[in-house]
Amino acid sequence: MADSKVAPKTSLQKPPVKQDNNQSSFDRILSELSVPLFFALLCFAGIVAAQLNPRFLINEIITRLARNLFLVLSLIIPVIAGLGLNFGIVIGAMSGQAALIIVTHLEIGGLPGFLLAALISVPFSIFLGWLTGLVLNRAKGREMVTGYILGFFANGVYQLVFLVLVGTLIPMNNPKMMLPSGIGLRNTMDLIAVNRALDRALFSSLKLGPFQIPWATFLVIAALCLFTSYFTKTKLGQQMRAVGQDMHIAEVSGINVNRTRLIAIIISTVLGAWGQLIYLQNLGTFNTYNSHEQVGMFSIAALLIGGASISKATIWNAIIGVLLFHTLFVVSPLAGQRILGIPQVGEYFRSFLAYGVIAVALALHAWQSKKQAQKQVDAQAEQLLED
Amino acid sequence: MELKMSKVKNIFDPHHLKAFYEKFGLPRLIISSFLLALFILAFIMKMDITILLSDSLARIGMNGLLVLAMLPTLVTGVGLNFGLPVGFVCGLVGGVISMEYDLTGFTGLFVAMLCAIPLAVITGYLYAALLDRVRGQEMMVGTYVGFAVVAGMCIFWLTAPFKNPSMIWAIGGKGLRVTLTLYEHYSRILNNFLSFKLFGVTIPTGLLLFFGFFCLLAHLFFRTRTGLAMVATGANPMYAKSSGIDTRTMRYTSVILSNVLAAIGALVYAQSYGFLQLYTAPLYMAFPAVAAALIGGASLKKATVGHIIIGTILFQTLLTIALPVTQTVLQGTDISEIARMIISNGMILYALTRNERG
Repeated sequence: MADSKVAPKTSLQKPPVKQDNNQSSFDRILSELSVPLFFALLCFAGIVAAQLNPRFLINEIITRLARNLFLVLSLIIPVIAGLGLNFGIVIGAMSGQAALIIVTHLEIGGLPGFLLAALISVPFSIFLGWLTGLVLNRAKGREMVTGYILGFFANGVYQLVFLVLVGTLIPMNNPKMMLPSGIGLRNTMDLIAVNRALDRALFSSLKLGPFQIPWATFLVIAALCLFTSYFTKTKLGQQMRAVGQDMHIAEVSGINVNRTRLIAIIISTVLGAWGQLIYLQNLGTFNTYNSHEQVGMFSIAALLIGGASISKATIWNAIIGVLLFHTLFVVSPLAGQRILGIPQVGEYFRSFLAYGVIAVALALHAWQSKKQAQKQVDAQAEQLLED
Repeated sequence: MELKMSKVKNIFDPHHLKAFYEKFGLPRLIISSFLLALFILAFIMKMDITILLSDSLARIGMNGLLVLAMLPTLVTGVGLNFGLPVGFVCGLVGGVISMEYDLTGFTGLFVAMLCAIPLAVITGYLYAALLDRVRGQEMMVGTYVGFAVVAGMCIFWLTAPFKNPSMIWAIGGKGLRVTLTLYEHYSRILNNFLSFKLFGVTIPTGLLLFFGFFCLLAHLFFRTRTGLAMVATGANPMYAKSSGIDTRTMRYTSVILSNVLAAIGALVYAQSYGFLQLYTAPLYMAFPAVAAALIGGASLKKATVGHIIIGTILFQTLLTIALPVTQTVLQGTDISEIARMIISNGMILYALTRNERG
């Protein structure tokens, strides 16, 4: 952004600089596409190596797109508002799970149960998102690491509530869901009642060729895409963009920066809760104490693989990212088995990729923004010298 | 007699109390009172306090060096070294090499360290070069670099050409086992060195001496020219630069030092635990160490050896006695893991959100 502001001035004075700038913009396009391209190649190599049945693969990918895309999309708004990748999405996932536990306890099944869970999760996630936003506003410039630690902290509180307080301070009596001692919930929860409630809500018998399509889920995801692209065009969305580009300028031009950031986080947390509900209704069972832990990391890795960065993310990044990341997810253990004869290699490779992608993306971003700041300083110094 | 009375009065003077509170800090106050409450509970429940204390001492020595590894990077302003697993893994590699040749006793331990240190220096240099390029995001990048290294090393453990049958999987004969027992090698060798019993409390003399020795080294190091230059780099980088200190070298040195300490710490941890834990075990190693340093009173801007020692003692004692005490009181519900999560992450959050000036 700052780059393009500086560029025209210098290009008028010195043509060679302009050429250099052109090249760098070409580089930028290439570097933006290079991540998805690299992973596409990797996927392709994996598919070839694993000798997968294409029908199995396509089926798997359709399921995983429906399962994960909503969660990944919920990350976009905080990126626009300059909060970086919202590692606090884990907190949204927890509120979704809390709602699901309540619904399971009430034994309300099917689509009504699912919708009720979505409704119950809203006050939880708004409240928790608000708290998250307050904490992140106190840690400007370190939002990601703070959000990340906040996720762990919230996990501790979550376990305290559902492992210790339920049955002691919170009265609950449900032997099906609780541990034999009467304190705390069981480790796994069967969601037979809401199993695939959304996936099968609409045209469940309508197949596309040999593939079963969760139409309703895709409809909801499409609605979220529309909402996101509409939202960025509203006044609030534009304010978020302004805050994301420069907090100080936004503040000076009369935008309430803290409030805008709070709203961005709250929206992301609510969407995260719904995303987790969609994810769990598809799986049909969940680990009471683990299901949310990996959600943040896998969603973020998927978004980054789709070509997003810490300051820029689009719907297409999310879609392509989920597609590539989950193809890799399906393919890599099988490829590891075929190539080295050890299936674990592929599994470790998969987590190595997830961690590595996030590390590289974070490092590249920090590196580039440092370089850009340096460039700006240099340009200013040059200007001063010329004057 | 009169003098004594006036002194006692002085201590309870509101000004003194306020000064004491400000110096001690709210989090440390909370943790200390929590710890005290646990001890009182243990006493009421007639639990064997000597065992609790013995375990606490062992845990303090076991984790001390890992916490000390936080010190150099905090001092130079690089921040909390969330990339601790990078050094930790180097230590594990050293341990595995020494095991491959069936070395036992102190030879085994020190050969492991000798193998680990050069590795830690090299990886530390690379890691430092990366951190220097991502100034301002060191903590987040460090966390994920640490994770990526641990995950990458999983592939190494699976495919590395180790041959010693006590280390590799019995079936298939490929890849190292998840936990390697050090029972026949150097398990608890530092713990048992000169250890004795005092009122029923086992004192792991060698372990504590080892930790104390490194603390002393660190303390002395920050009195030397290089050490003082590091402190200046962290306190005021611009001023340090203008007075001729090569701040970049100082930051590099601090990261390398931290990495080496983490590698040695990993081996001390392993010998005390009795097992080398490979694969995903080192993944979350950084968090308790970070929390301990912060509980001791270290902040993102300032840290001393004293902070490290106090933090290790408070945090590790708390973790050690929380499990048996709460289990006795709550009849089987394990709250210690939850307490660990809430306390350590709450502490890190507190440090991250504190508005520090200067």
